[in-house]
Amino acid sequence: MALYSEKVMDHFRNPRNVGVIEDADGIGEVGNAVCGDIMKIYLKIEDGIVSNVKFETFGCGSAIASSSMATELIKGKPLSEVLKLTNQAVTEALGGLPAHKLHCSVLAEEAIRAAVKDYYDRQGIACDPKDFPDCNFCESCHG
Amino acid sequence: MIYADNAATTKMSCTAIDAMLPYMNELYGNPSSLYGLGQRAKEALEEARERIAACIGASPKEITFTSGGSEADNQAIRSAALLGARKEKRHIISTAFEHHAILHTLKKLEGEGFEVELLPVGELGTITAQQVAEAIREDTALVTIMYANNEIGSVLPIPEIGAVCRGRDVLFHTDAVQAAGHLPIDVKAQNIDLLSLSAHKFHGPKGAGVLYARQGIPLSSIIEGGAQERGKRAGTENVPAIVGMAAALEEACAHMEENTTKVSALRDRLIAGLSQIPHSALNGDPVSRLPGNVNFCFEGIEGESLLLLLDDRGICASSGSACTSGSLDPSHVLLAIGRPHEAAHGSLRLSLCEENTEADVDAILKAVPEIVGYLRNMSPLWKDKVSGQKEFVL
Repeated sequence: MALYSEKVMDHFRNPRNVGVIEDADGIGEVGNAVCGDIMKIYLKIEDGIVSNVKFETFGCGSAIASSSMATELIKGKPLSEVLKLTNQAVTEALGGLPAHKLHCSVLAEEAIRAAVKDYYDRQGIACDPKDFPDCNFCESCHG
Repeated sequence: MIYADNAATTKMSCTAIDAMLPYMNELYGNPSSLYGLGQRAKEALEEARERIAACIGASPKEITFTSGGSEADNQAIRSAALLGARKEKRHIISTAFEHHAILHTLKKLEGEGFEVELLPVGELGTITAQQVAEAIREDTALVTIMYANNEIGSVLPIPEIGAVCRGRDVLFHTDAVQAAGHLPIDVKAQNIDLLSLSAHKFHGPKGAGVLYARQGIPLSSIIEGGAQERGKRAGTENVPAIVGMAAALEEACAHMEENTTKVSALRDRLIAGLSQIPHSALNGDPVSRLPGNVNFCFEGIEGESLLLLLDDRGICASSGSACTSGSLDPSHVLLAIGRPHEAAHGSLRLSLCEENTEADVDAILKAVPEIVGYLRNMSPLWKDKVSGQKEFVL
């Protein structure tokens, strides 16, 4: 079996929503260079809905594919639904990831959560801390 | 397809395949059997031993066949450690950038009461005989230092290290897996006591290797069983693979000079071309270097992505990034030469052989800069460096 599913390779080879939103309403960045992956998500929010989303990623094939899939999954969705996105959902949508690559899908979830948090903070909207738990997937992130 | 991963494995030569076929077809006997069919296999085995010995300046009885380089490394170190322990010598000298077959065996020995000293390899990834001389102690049982590094291609001063060890009466093992068939080896002239090599790195088959042990150095078996290989390595010999190994090594040694000239010219063109990529750096010794090895770090990108996109263009290469190793850390070799983690994640190794062409080099020199540029363009790390928010490390 190949390392990655066809879906992963499709999103890696043709990543959706790559780029920057200059006037983003919320930006989230997670990961670090030491670990070898950094994801940055840009959100444009209109009426509580993700009207546009872009990403930039430094990382391996599954990191790029996870970012791409995660952005597809939240595009056009209300923030209440965006916050329900889990790394499992990203992994499933990609047709699975190798066990040692699951952290890439976690990073995607975290990056989106961080971008929503940034949007709430900028808007001065009080948010439920339950929606933004500290990531303890590995020790080295946010370093 | 452009195969540029010859340090991982090589395509088998026709000479090796042709030499092997009879021992998979009609001459399938067990060399330990008494009847003619077995004895024909036995003769082939002994002829292969002689031919391989001749390629490295050894005598046939100094050659033990193994399943490959890793087994040879394990057995060499275990044997030397046991000999040392009998004389209360439990200090072993090696380097920080050895193959894991060496490093993991040494780690185990540490748990068994040995003291392992890993010499630093500096920015170029090499060591000096002087470093070895200074590290040798009264209780040093073994010096084990690779002939050439598998990732970054540095060729180490083996004859000088051999002379130091012989002068101090310390056993010297070298893992010559990347060197055999590519660089001239003469175990006598170079004062090598123990040497490992692996057939599939010089167009031979996988699953065959050699442990050379100088006459008078008793090996300890790590596989118990029958009396094959003079009781030093149990298990029915892999006759076809051993015959193929001998044919491949002879062929490689016979064409070494012309291959080196051709391959190192291709290598130098690749190095010159890839050096044009901004914020890139060559890894390993630029001068004392394996003929086919090219290894670069490219800042702001991750190696696995680079490999996958190269594969899409039919180019086979490798990387020292964590994502390609299956562990969280990037290559211990790149860290040993002082590359920061983030640069080590963005490494690319291209390893050429005499079958590669100028056209291959042209295609690689077109593909790599394009892919690096593409990946940098989507890398927030790269953008932070370009905008000055983070510092460049290369």
